[in-house]
Amino acid sequence: MAPLPYRVTETQEEAPGVVTISISPLGTAIPAHRHGQFNMLTAFGLGESAISLSGSGPEGKLVHTVRDVGPVTSALCGARPGDVVGVRGPFGTGWGVEDGSFLEEGDVVVVAGGIGLAPLRGAISALVARRSAALEARTRSGNVCLVIGAREPQQLIFGDDLARWAAGGARVTVTVDIPDARWRGGVGLVTSHLGAAGFEVEGATALICGPEIMMRFTARGLVDAGVAPERIRVALERNMQCGLAWCGHCQLGPLLVCRDGPVVPYTDVVADLLVQRER
Amino acid sequence: MKAISIGELLSSHPLLSGLPAADIETVAGCARNVIIKPGDMLLAEGQRADSLYLVRYGIVSIEIHSPGVGSIVIDTVGPGGVVGWSWLFPPYRYHFDARAVEVVRAVAFDATCLRDKAETDEQLGHLLYKRVAEVLLERLQMTRVRLLDLYGSKSVR
Ligand SMILES: Cc1cc2nc3c(=O)[nH]c(=O)nc-3n(C[C@H](O)[C@H](O)[C@H](O)COP(=O)(O)OP(=O)(O)OC[C@H]3O[C@@H](n4cnc5c(N)ncnc54)[C@H](O)[C@@H]3O)c2cc1C
Ligand code: FES
Repeated sequence: MAPLPYRVTETQEEAPGVVTISISPLGTAIPAHRHGQFNMLTAFGLGESAISLSGSGPEGKLVHTVRDVGPVTSALCGARPGDVVGVRGPFGTGWGVEDGSFLEEGDVVVVAGGIGLAPLRGAISALVARRSAALEARTRSGNVCLVIGAREPQQLIFGDDLARWAAGGARVTVTVDIPDARWRGGVGLVTSHLGAAGFEVEGATALICGPEIMMRFTARGLVDAGVAPERIRVALERNMQCGLAWCGHCQLGPLLVCRDGPVVPYTDVVADLLVQRER
Repeated sequence: MKAISIGELLSSHPLLSGLPAADIETVAGCARNVIIKPGDMLLAEGQRADSLYLVRYGIVSIEIHSPGVGSIVIDTVGPGGVVGWSWLFPPYRYHFDARAVEVVRAVAFDATCLRDKAETDEQLGHLLYKRVAEVLLERLQMTRVRLLDLYGSKSVR
């Protein structure tokens, strides 16, 4: 499966070392994606990386938010409008928010750490829009409760979206580990702020994305609070190569993350995998 | 509309929820409902630890003052949280400042009264200290995890 060429149309620095790039197809576009799926992005001459979709737009526009951690992500973060990148995808499972039952059965609590907010961005916007539509139609809807964490205030991404989601009725809690003098939000880990998120445990669904340790503690915290484990979804991350369940590179226990993930329900198997040491 | 009693407020707070009604009634005698304005202090470092706050609404910042630097926020406590742990053990002095970031509604306990009740009624004392230990353990674990750069360069997301 060869990558399709896309042109970079816009870039925006979200935080130091984190850039959102918008790309549009030069010819054929990849098929439509579901929120939470990922693409394999090629920086030509360097290699390919799995990057989640953080948005999309008309005429095949795709949006990805990339953190510079190595050669490929550095090239993607440094891309300028006009540059060409390759795209294969979309791959994997999504958050499932396209399913109409979301919000009907209760609140949705979304917990994101660092750049983990990127794969959730589209899902959150869809949920906030669905809740507004339900309220307008006077039908029952759960609340959308967000708990967003970052190391420092300057590492928070999507500030405009957070404001938009709050204005759209979402309950937004933002917390940092190390505040600066101007910081007026929460301080401490996302796990310490779950109680302040304002969600009703009964019927709640949780979506968690962030570093694996954070997901582990958050999922445990939610289960302790009474959220049913099968209603918790986490996003796993493993090095990818083919993205097509061929090469076995992304194997994690019984799962091939490119096919069975990245988004998986927090079953006992997944809870164990989150504490499994890498071999 | 019927006013919510202190007992009802206490049984809906995670620190005390599930405690037998009789125990809630006993400790309710030491509690009062308070509203703290944004910017006002709940407690100050070095002061006698005479109150314990169960936060119901709003955010409290836990701060430490450093000469020349000012107040540094080290934690925030929201609804369901507890502020003022120094009431538990001698010398009963607060270690940090606590300030309301926004309007805070809380149940404030008279610490001496609570300690007296816990010591007179051993069963209640046992239950109470067990709850407190659970919360403190959770806070200790969170503090340890916070020592990691959880969102940092080692983790990709
Ligand atoms: C399903 C999925 C979705 C992802 N979504 C995003 C996203 O939206 N934005 C983003 O910036 N990154 C995302 N990533 C991570 C991204 O794929 C890696 O950061 C990237 O492949 C690193 O490539 P590199 O050549 O820049 O660095 P490399 O030199 O390949 O790696 C740099 C460092 O990162 C580690 N690393 C590389 N890939 C992974 C991985 N998948 N999991 C854990 N550690 C890894 C390496 O061990 C090394 O320490 C995602 C990964 C997966 C599996
Ligand atoms: S990346 Fe090849 S099997 Fe998943």
